[in-house]
Formats: sequence, C-alpha cells, structure tokens
Amino acid sequence: MEEVKNYTVLIYTENQIGLLAQISNVFTRRNLSIWSLSAGASSMEGIHTITITTDATERKIRDAVRQIEKRVDVIKAFFYTDDKIVYREMALYKLPTPRLLDCEDLEGLLAKYNARIVEMNRTFTVIQKSGHSDLTSALYEELQQFGILQFVRSGRIAITRAQQEPVFKFLQKREKERLNKQ
Amino acid sequence: MDKTITGSEALWLSLLEEGADTVFGYPGGQIMPVYDSLIKFQDRIRHILVRHEQGAIHAAQGYARVKGTPGVVIVTSGPGATNVITGVADAMTDSTPVVVITGQVPTSALGTDAFQEADVTGLTGLITKWNYQIKRPEDIAWAVSRAFYISRTGRPGPVVLDFTKDAQVGKVDFSYKKCNFIRSYIPDPKPSPKAVREAVELLDSAKKPFVVFGQGILISHAEKELKAFLTKGDIPAGSTMLGLSALPDDFPLYQGMIGMHGNIAPNVKTNECDLLIAVGMRFDDRVTGVISKYAPQAKVIHIDIDHAELGKIVTPDVAICGDAAKVLSSLTEKMQRGSHAEWVKSFKECRDIEEEKVIGPELRPAEGPVRMGEVVDMVATVSGKEAIVVTDVGQNQLSAARYSRFKESRSFISSGGLGTMGFGLPAAIGAKVASPDRPVCLFVGDGGIQMTIQEFGTIMQDGIGVKVVILNNNWLGNVRQWQEMFFGERYSQTRMLNPDYSLIAKAYGIKYICVESRDELEGAVKVMLGDSSPCILDVHVLENGNVMPMIPPGKGIDQIMLNSHEWFKK
Ligand SMILES: Cc1ncc(C[n+]2csc(CCOP(=O)(O)OP(=O)(O)O)c2C)c(N)n1
Repeated sequence: MEEVKNYTVLIYTENQIGLLAQISNVFTRRNLSIWSLSAGASSMEGIHTITITTDATERKIRDAVRQIEKRVDVIKAFFYTDDKIVYREMALYKLPTPRLLDCEDLEGLLAKYNARIVEMNRTFTVIQKSGHSDLTSALYEELQQFGILQFVRSGRIAITRAQQEPVFKFLQKREKERLNKQ
Repeated sequence: MDKTITGSEALWLSLLEEGADTVFGYPGGQIMPVYDSLIKFQDRIRHILVRHEQGAIHAAQGYARVKGTPGVVIVTSGPGATNVITGVADAMTDSTPVVVITGQVPTSALGTDAFQEADVTGLTGLITKWNYQIKRPEDIAWAVSRAFYISRTGRPGPVVLDFTKDAQVGKVDFSYKKCNFIRSYIPDPKPSPKAVREAVELLDSAKKPFVVFGQGILISHAEKELKAFLTKGDIPAGSTMLGLSALPDDFPLYQGMIGMHGNIAPNVKTNECDLLIAVGMRFDDRVTGVISKYAPQAKVIHIDIDHAELGKIVTPDVAICGDAAKVLSSLTEKMQRGSHAEWVKSFKECRDIEEEKVIGPELRPAEGPVRMGEVVDMVATVSGKEAIVVTDVGQNQLSAARYSRFKESRSFISSGGLGTMGFGLPAAIGAKVASPDRPVCLFVGDGGIQMTIQEFGTIMQDGIGVKVVILNNNWLGNVRQWQEMFFGERYSQTRMLNPDYSLIAKAYGIKYICVESRDELEGAVKVMLGDSSPCILDVHVLENGNVMPMIPPGKGIDQIMLNSHEWFKK
C-alpha cells in the first residue's frame, strides 16, 4: 500500500459562487477528510485562494487535484507535503481573567508559545496564537488548568517556498495566448 | 449595438448567434417571458415540445451526439429543472455537449423557498461542466457564449444556465461576442513532445501492439487519423461501446467491441498484447473487468484530452494529454511503418470460436422464437448499414451494440456511463431531428420504452420519423439475465406486464407492426424502413434470451462465459 501523508492543497480560483461546494465534494466523494479549509484573497487582484489540508496517498491526492483543476473556474491547483511550504494556523483561547491572574508566569508562558493577549477585561481574557497545530494544542493543554471558556482554531493557510505565487507564470503565459487569439 | 430589447429576446438572439437551430423544451411559470418572445423567433429556430423534461434533455443529447454541436434545452424552474437532472448527469458521464436553460424565480425571491424555486446551480454543480445563474440581462450574452464554448470544447459536457425572471424581463442593449478564451480553462492542451517521442519509441519496438479507442475519436473527429495510424502501424483495434461506428465494421484491422459483452478477440488480445494504446477512452469498469487482471503484461500509452483521466484507473507508461486527432496524426507521422501480420492473424482464432459458439446461434438459430441479435442484424442488412442506431439500456442495447454494422461515423447513440433507461426514445427523436435524411432506428426494451413512453406524443405532434423497434421479452431482461446467472434464478421483480402496444400506437396515430415469428421479420423490417414515417415494430423475442458472451463481474477480461454454463477456452 502507498503511504498516507498529510497534504496541503492550494487552489487558485476566479471568484465564482458555488465553487467551494464543488471543490469540497471532490474530497468527500473520494472519502478524503478535509482537516481544514480556508478561503480568501491572493496577491493578485480578483484571484482567490483556497487552502485545504487532508491525509491521502500521493496517487489519490494527485487525482483529486486534477479533478479540482478540471473545474472551469479553477485556475490552478497544487499539492504539497509540509516540507515544501510555510504554513500557519491561528487559534483564539478565552479564559476567565481572575483565574488567569493566578498564573505565576503568564508572560513566560505566552512568550514560550509566541502567543499574545488581544483582549482583556475583568471577566475574560482572549489569547491569540499563530503557528503550527501541534503547538496550538500544546498551549491548549497548558491553559486548561485555568479553565478554558472558549477555544477556536482556524484552518491552515500556507505559502510556498517558491519565489512567486505559483500561478504567476501560468497567468502570464495565458495572457500571451489570449493576446494571440485576438 | 442593437436597440434596447428584453433579456428573453437577448437569449434567443444569443442562441442564434451560436448557430442553434433547434431547442427542446417545455414551458412553465418562471420561463414564460422566454416562451412569449419565442413567437418572434419561431421562423429562425425550431422548438420541439416534449412531453416530459427528461425527454427534452435526452433528445438534446441525441441531437448533440449525431451533430457534434451542443443540444439546447429550455425548461421552467423547480420541477422543470429537477426533471432534467438525470439527463444532465448522463451528458456529464458521456461527455455530451448540451446547454440547458432553466427558468428561475426573480432574484428578490431567491432563497425564500418561493413557489417552484429549486437551488438549480447547487443541484447541478456536481453534474455539469459549468453552471451559472444569470441575474442581470447584461450577463446573458456573456453567459451564453461562455456556455457554448465550454460545452463543446475540450472534453464536452453539459452546462446549465439558471435564468432568473428579472433577467428575462429586464431591458438590455444587446451585442454579442463569441467566447474563444477563458484563462482558467485549457480545452486544447498541447501534447508534450517528450511524451510523443516516448510513445513513438514504444510503438516502433512493439511486436504485438493493440489499440482500444472510445468516443474521444468521434468527439475529436479523428476517424481519418485513426485509420491512418492503424494502417501505417499495422495495428489491430477494438472499440468501446461509445466508440462504435468510428471505424466502419469492415475496416480490415477492426476487431470489434471490447468490454463486458464485447467480442472475445479484442478482450482476450488486450491481455496478450505487448503495447496497449488507449485513445479517447477512460477505462470504464465495464471495459476493463477487474482492474488487477487488465493487461498486466502490456506497456500502456494513454491518449486523452482530459488530464484527470490519465492515471485515474490505469497507470500508463506514457500519458499524452491532447486532442485525439492531433496526437494520432503526429504519432503516425513520426512512427515507423509497422508490420504485424502474424499478430493480426492471431485474432481470427477467437473470432471463429465466438462465431461458432455465440454469433451463429444468435443470428441464425434453426428454430424457436426470434432472437434480439437477428432483429438488429436484419435492420443493418435491410438499411444497408445506413441507419443511425439509437438504443435504450439493457439487453436491447448490448445486442444493438454487438450486432449493428456501420458505414458512417456517429451512427451509434447510447447511454453508456450512466446507463439511463428511458434514454432511447427521446434520444432517437433528437437524433432524427439532427439528421432528418438518415433512417434513425431505436432498439428498446419493453421496460425502457415505458420509462419515457409519453414521447410518442412528441413524435406524433412533430411527425418525427423515428423507427422504434421494441425488443419485447416481457422481462426486465438484463436484470433477469443477472438473476439467472448470479442470483440462483431468483426472479425478483423482473417480470413485467406489458400494455397492448398496438393500442398505444393507435392512440398516437403511429404505424404499428408486430412480429411474432422469424418468417415475418424481414418483411416487417422492410415495411418499417420503406418510408420516412414513424413506426413501432413490436418484436416478440425469446423471453429468456441472454446476451453473450459475458465477462462476469469480478473477472478479468479473458475470463469469458460463452453461455450460462460454458467458459471460453483457447
Ligand atoms: C433508470 C434506470 N433504472 C434501472 C436500471 C437498471 N436496469 C438496467 S437494465 C434493466 C432492464 C431493462 O429491461 P428492458 O427495458 O425490458 O430491456 P431488456 O434488457 O429486456 O432489453 C434495468 C432495470 C437502469 N439502468 N436505469
């Protein structure tokens, strides 16, 4: 059997309503769980990115990515193992302020995890952390002693180690082809 | 720039710009403005009123498959739209270009569960190549031009345009520009020169090359290129069911149909060749049998325009992404002339066995009731192989695929990937509309005809000269065959009581001929094909006939049953 690995799929799309449902279906139909999904803008105007993480064999992820790319409004899709990308997720932790104040070295704890306080009032405090998910979980464990009131983590976002947006060259080539057609 | 017109008028003008001459449709509340403005365009575009929206989409599919250009469907919102869904899914699986326009409630009512509102773009997102909801009249020309471009190019497929009521009635300044470029969509990928080189190397060194081709040949209009390729390489070839008629049946290197009920030789030889060249086909499980036993000995070259098909089922040694005609002609140009006389001759042994054990008994039985194969064969003979053969799904389809003979390309229309019963009658209507000068002959079971039987009304109203051959066995035959062979002869819910088809024919004013015995067959087929009017030929065939040979499910393609108790042996 082929090895199952964690993959990050980076999808560049035209702004098209309904595309997200079609893309996530490519995963569910192949029985691939989507661990996280985030969608937003890219550095190129009008082009959106969707970042999805999933566990799959290389063959399965390749086939899924080809199916995604086949959608007319998908510009390009790529898949990466963790070593090929810089990636982060964000987490927010809400804790009761009075109990948090009991903490002997809150600053030290926050510094250790590169986390910071984004809001604090008499009743609760919100701590924000961004980074890799194992550290998000580790901080969660450490904060549990103070009674976590609410916790939320975002999907992964990722950027490649390549020089430019990976679609950049593709779009340049397509622009030339468009001009040739006219 | 035209003067200000309504969105509905803009739709018709856009369809005319795309060269549409026929629309299959059915009116209703949320599409009434479009139907109202149709009156102005009726002299330029033909509207065929079907009896059920499923009929409209299958007719458009039949039309598209014969013509090679998108079939157009117009239906109302809600139930009108949901009624076309089976056909949209069918068109998606069989790469058929259709453009479906569905009415939709006004934008202000979207999401309110308004009367006859259905989330059409949501429902069809996964079974269309592209879909779009038109909310403003300004978007109509853009959306229609994109729809046609996407539908017919690359690997063709269905497109749905969901047309809101306010976009239909709003005013717009109309100007039209045909779409020929979408930056995120590459319909004609350039074959990699490296892959072509590698393929040529494999071709030049192959001792026993074999080609399997599919509908991609028809879609790409690559018939000529395929013949040249086969001839220069001296390579025998088998066709998938949807590839049928791409080569005339008497083309010397043609070895017949591959797959579950295909011919023995091309199936067995797939597992003996040293190089398998697959063109415009996608290794459907009905073609490959159990995949681990599919051509394990062979190197594989896979040519397809759809990148996602390459490596999806079979991992090729060389994958070439591109248009079949272009790839084949470049391979033909670059490869050496081949000579494989011994190998080509070796197909004959299997052919002889099939002839003796299966074809002979099916086409020339000494006695007993008429067999499906005889009927198909008779139509091929009497029509001089001129007919466009349309099928429904089941034994009728498999018999038609096995025993039809073809002169011309685009002469076999069938629901392959989805296997949609009820496809046949409306698809035959569409085929006849697309090609009024050729006889169109439908083979359909007594089960399938009753799934879309209402379309006799369409035939009646428009005088569409479809020849409907009901292969009447009083069973859901194909399921009965599986029950007999794999479910211990337990016939659960496959015995089906038939109506009196002579009365159905009478009700619709369609000529009816009944055939109960062999000696009536030739005369009846001659009468049926003797004129251009619609006709129902009700042939009472052998009730418990089986379509053979058969690769049982779970078996390799060289594990073939000749009849329910005898296996093929070399
Ligand atoms: C819409 C649909 N429902 C069910 C089936 C399953 N099915 C496949 S073949 C078949 C029997 C067809 O019987 P009939 O139309 O009489 O044709 P025959 O096989 O006897 O030629 C059935 C039920 C199907 N393919 N499509």
